[in-house]
Amino acid sequence: MSFWIEQTFAGLSYGGLLFLLASGLSLIFGVMRIINMAHGSYFILGAYIGVTVQEVTGSWLLALLLASLAVAILGIFMHRFFLRVLGHGVAAELPQVMITVGFLFIIQQASIDIWGGDPMIVKVPSYLDWSMEIGGIFFPVYRIFMLVVACVMAVALWLGLEKTRAGAMVRASVDDSEMTRGLGINTERLSMAIFGLGAFLAGLGGVIGGGFIGVYPGLDFQILPLAFAVVIIGGLGTLRGAALGSLIVGLMDTFGKALFPELSYFTLFAPMAIVLAIKPTGLFGRA
Amino acid sequence: MLQKKFKLFFYTAIVAPVAFCLALGTASKVEAQKEIRIGFLSPLTGGGAQLGRDSVNGLKMYLDEIGYDMAGLKVKIIVEDTELKPAVAVTKAEKLIRHDKVHMIVGGVMGSTGYALGALANREKKLYIASIPASDDLTQRKLSKWVLRTGWAGSQPGHPFGKWAYEQGHRKVVMIGADYAFGHENIAGFHRGFEDAGGKVIQKIWVPVMTTDFGPYLPLVKKDADAIYALMIAAMPGPFLKQFKASGLKMAILGGGVTADETVLPNMGDEALGVVTPLQYSAALDTPKNKAFVKKFRKLHKKVPSYFTESNYTTAKWIHEALKRVKGDLSNIDRFRQEFQKIEIDAVRGPVKMDKYLNPVHNIYIRKVERINGELWNTVVATYPNVSQFWTFDPKEFLKNPVYSRNFPPCNYCK
Amino acid sequence: MFSGRPRAVFTVLLVLVVLAAVTPFLPEYVCILLIQALIFGILAMGLDLLLGYTGLPSLGQAAYFGVGAYAVAILTTRYEFGFFPTVVLAILLSAAVAAIFGLIAIRAKGVYFLMLTLALAMVVWGLAWRWTSLTDGDNGITGIPRPELGFDLNSYINLFYFILFVFILCLGALYVLVNSPFGRSLVGIREREERMQMLGYNVWLHKYLAFIFSGIFAGIAGVLWAYYKNFVTPDDLFIDVSVEALLMVALGGPATLVGATIGAGVIVFLRNYVSIYYSGWPYILGAMYIFTILYLPEGLMGIARRLRRRAETEKLDE
Repeated sequence: MSFWIEQTFAGLSYGGLLFLLASGLSLIFGVMRIINMAHGSYFILGAYIGVTVQEVTGSWLLALLLASLAVAILGIFMHRFFLRVLGHGVAAELPQVMITVGFLFIIQQASIDIWGGDPMIVKVPSYLDWSMEIGGIFFPVYRIFMLVVACVMAVALWLGLEKTRAGAMVRASVDDSEMTRGLGINTERLSMAIFGLGAFLAGLGGVIGGGFIGVYPGLDFQILPLAFAVVIIGGLGTLRGAALGSLIVGLMDTFGKALFPELSYFTLFAPMAIVLAIKPTGLFGRA
Repeated sequence: MLQKKFKLFFYTAIVAPVAFCLALGTASKVEAQKEIRIGFLSPLTGGGAQLGRDSVNGLKMYLDEIGYDMAGLKVKIIVEDTELKPAVAVTKAEKLIRHDKVHMIVGGVMGSTGYALGALANREKKLYIASIPASDDLTQRKLSKWVLRTGWAGSQPGHPFGKWAYEQGHRKVVMIGADYAFGHENIAGFHRGFEDAGGKVIQKIWVPVMTTDFGPYLPLVKKDADAIYALMIAAMPGPFLKQFKASGLKMAILGGGVTADETVLPNMGDEALGVVTPLQYSAALDTPKNKAFVKKFRKLHKKVPSYFTESNYTTAKWIHEALKRVKGDLSNIDRFRQEFQKIEIDAVRGPVKMDKYLNPVHNIYIRKVERINGELWNTVVATYPNVSQFWTFDPKEFLKNPVYSRNFPPCNYCK
Repeated sequence: MFSGRPRAVFTVLLVLVVLAAVTPFLPEYVCILLIQALIFGILAMGLDLLLGYTGLPSLGQAAYFGVGAYAVAILTTRYEFGFFPTVVLAILLSAAVAAIFGLIAIRAKGVYFLMLTLALAMVVWGLAWRWTSLTDGDNGITGIPRPELGFDLNSYINLFYFILFVFILCLGALYVLVNSPFGRSLVGIREREERMQMLGYNVWLHKYLAFIFSGIFAGIAGVLWAYYKNFVTPDDLFIDVSVEALLMVALGGPATLVGATIGAGVIVFLRNYVSIYYSGWPYILGAMYIFTILYLPEGLMGIARRLRRRAETEKLDE
């Protein structure tokens, strides 16, 4: 019994981290119809910058804030000066994806040049660095924190999308970007803002993940497929999809590793392929 | 007019690359011999960066001491980054052999890298000295005249350690380790030693290499074990021990030497205290030679040396001795091997010599992590002298068995 | 395009002949890199058929590359199959995997196609990595022997000629394919899919066959890779292999075939030669790539094409 509880908890908290990473990816797709291949790079940059901010200021909270903001600024920069140049519409999609690949390589090398090649870890503050014991089972508080942050972000995003004017514009753009432009809404600026928001979320995920899995060269390539799995299963462009997808992937990854170690990545990616084959837009996605 | 330009472009497009390649040809001409070029492979980035640096620094520390001069030859070291990946190691080894024209390849870290480099050495007929890779079979069933080892065989320390663990009162052990050759072999050594002494291994959990999230695996650990043996490498030990403590599991922690070696201890806290591991080296080894070694390395690099340091330092010394004996002549590899095998060194790790398969015979120290003056050290609590890769088994009988793997020795008490 | 064809063919043949003649005099290491460039060239050209000519962006070529490579690895080291049976089986396996994946993937278009092919490739990678009883996981499979074909393929010069020979065969096959009615239909599908549909073409079948063909060429590249490196690991099928194949096509010039090989050459040399002298070579790669996407949509070959077009219009003016 405790096995199932512990595994479910591990899967859920991991899903929380994935949500931070994947929600941004999903939103970016929704508005721009492109896959940001540099999203994993945003994640590790968040972690690396977080480590540095922590070293310089000694504050973990400041690290969370500044690292995410820094990555957001990078996202906006990438969009404004590179992606936007290609315009919008179907013809621009593939080139835009490829530009993000170019950045993937540049950011990967830059992080080695700036931070060196060693694995690093964000130091978790002591008030989060303990385990809560309930009924003989230990729940690391940091994992609870990850889950809480993910939930808070999910709610905040939902409120933003549903209850604000800006959110309405985003939803309109996801539904039909041509029409939205026709209504006079500056979809380019909207895209830029969403790109920045997506980067912010990925960066935040990175700093938080940095206290847990750490950060090292190569993590960007390793985490990307997981983010893809989330958005593919949950559905590109929807918040609900990102949330559900994160939960599913977090649980599947955890249980897959525990129960079917030889097939653990198969149990993850095969459902992804199946969902894509049956409903290419994912469980909650729209065409 | 543009027609001409276009023709010009096309012919330039053909001539330029050819000229470029030929220029490369002259550029990489090798100067006359009087030097010995050693290609050194080590992870400089990624999860293994720390131990990679220790390895390079250990090698260079010895070379500095002898003024980069071995048997009258000038020593040239070319270091390449393996990123802790066997595929990259092989690629870089090819570059070292074909571009830098090295006389020998030294290093690598992963057991799987050891096997891959061994196969490459065999094909290229180039000497490969495994200073770290603990791939058992390199000096057992996959012997090659081009490969010899100055580090250790992965299962070597586990044999006596299993016996020791039983003598301490452990009866049921769970084992968890990185799922690749080295993990399999290291764990198997303990498995055999422990069960031969009367103990029982009741579970084996394999985690992918470089796993840092042990969430899925810790709940699997059978709670009726009295100890867990963990084989964690590079970036894995820190997260593992931390998460183990957080999970509430209370059993004793044993492990492979690399789980608690001096490259990971500085970044650990209380979660490492009491962890017991076997290895042929500890920075806390209480001999004059080691104390001087540690002091010197600390001064140079501001950290305590690890077995990666010692192994490569001693490897350099070994190469030096061997070159002296063959008077710098590497053209006869059989002779080089013969001479290498005869060498006995009073090394930093203790007295070492080679067995017939060109694997070291040395002391195995049982070490326990303790805090001394605010730092974590591997205090030596027991010593087994003159341990070879075959322990007390007859080599011929030993080699009749298949190489240690996931399923050998079989886990008779796992359900 | 057609009027320039005889000249283009002549140029390519000339380059190949020069290459074959000059290589024994090149430094060893450069020769090794040329071998790699040719192998990846085959992989990239296969992708070009799918991406450049048919307009389907696949991020999953690593799957068929890996299947080909692992098939060789397992058949030669575990079952001691000879060269021809191994190659035939390996290529058939890559084709089979492509045939199965194609059924799933072809339904999608654009970015969805990209993601789907990526997902499928990750499935194969996951199996290669964790199905340890088959693939030995992280250890990889070592000790793959060079093919026994009568001449000593342990010599890298001989190996180079052998691979060059296979490369020329592949290039020839692809050339015939893209210039056939089938090939031209693919271009039609890329440009105006609905019209092709209306004209009665079986668009699905065309796409499906293109998918399988590109998988076959990826498999051939994988086979050569296993025989050249004598060592196969899960890294050989990881996402970065597929990403780099895409880079090679985009850099060299989509829908030119030869461009893909040039792109392969550039990337192989950047990674393995420039890296010796400048450790920041990924900056060059990334920058080159971004520049190409923004300003050279037709890739490096586009430069030649542009010059040729200008030459032809100037001729018209005269």
